[in-house]
Amino acid sequence: MARLAGIDIPRDKRIEISLTYIFGIGRPTAQKILTECEVDWNKRTSALTDDELARIRAYIADLKVEGPLRTEVQMNIKRLMDIGCYRGLRHRKGLPCRGQNTKNNARTRKGKKKGVMFKKRGA
Amino acid sequence: MARSLKKGPYIAPKLEAVVRAMNEKNEKKVVKTWSRRSMISPEFVGHTLAVHNGKKFLPVYITENMVGHKLGEFALTRTFRGHSTKKSEQSTSKK
Repeated sequence: MARLAGIDIPRDKRIEISLTYIFGIGRPTAQKILTECEVDWNKRTSALTDDELARIRAYIADLKVEGPLRTEVQMNIKRLMDIGCYRGLRHRKGLPCRGQNTKNNARTRKGKKKGVMFKKRGA
Repeated sequence: MARSLKKGPYIAPKLEAVVRAMNEKNEKKVVKTWSRRSMISPEFVGHTLAVHNGKKFLPVYITENMVGHKLGEFALTRTFRGHSTKKSEQSTSKK
């Protein structure tokens, strides 16, 4: 069992992949951590020694991950919304804010299709 | 594509000069500007600029948080009056 950066317990996967389960760590960061801590990427999480884990833990302690990172992202969005700029308005409305078309698609931001009620034929 | 750092931020020279002059005299007037592409520099903080949206000049009060954004981001160019309601849709489709 490995517990890193709070709640994350990735296991049975290669450590390189397991680390990406932490919010704020992707493949590149994971690889960087492992080279700096001199741990074999391909080792399974469960096969790590305590010493190796401790080194990884110490390295991650300096990174901004999970809770603090999430709050930072939220604060950035909130800032945009508070100053009333275009991007902030788009965030408020839940629409894409990087100039994508919204005539069709944009479903990631708009959520599930709402659809239009069609009139029944012959009614 | 971001603007080259070498060039620095773009601010319409005329607008910058006007704001500088206002800062020196310590006065605050609403300045009309068409230059939506100008970056908001720290000198602008506390002033109210009237930014053109293609039709009207919208007053924008500059706060510290806005530094680094462009003026145009604060003056919307489009009006969205909402989609047609159910009633009006039915009446138009019956025609």
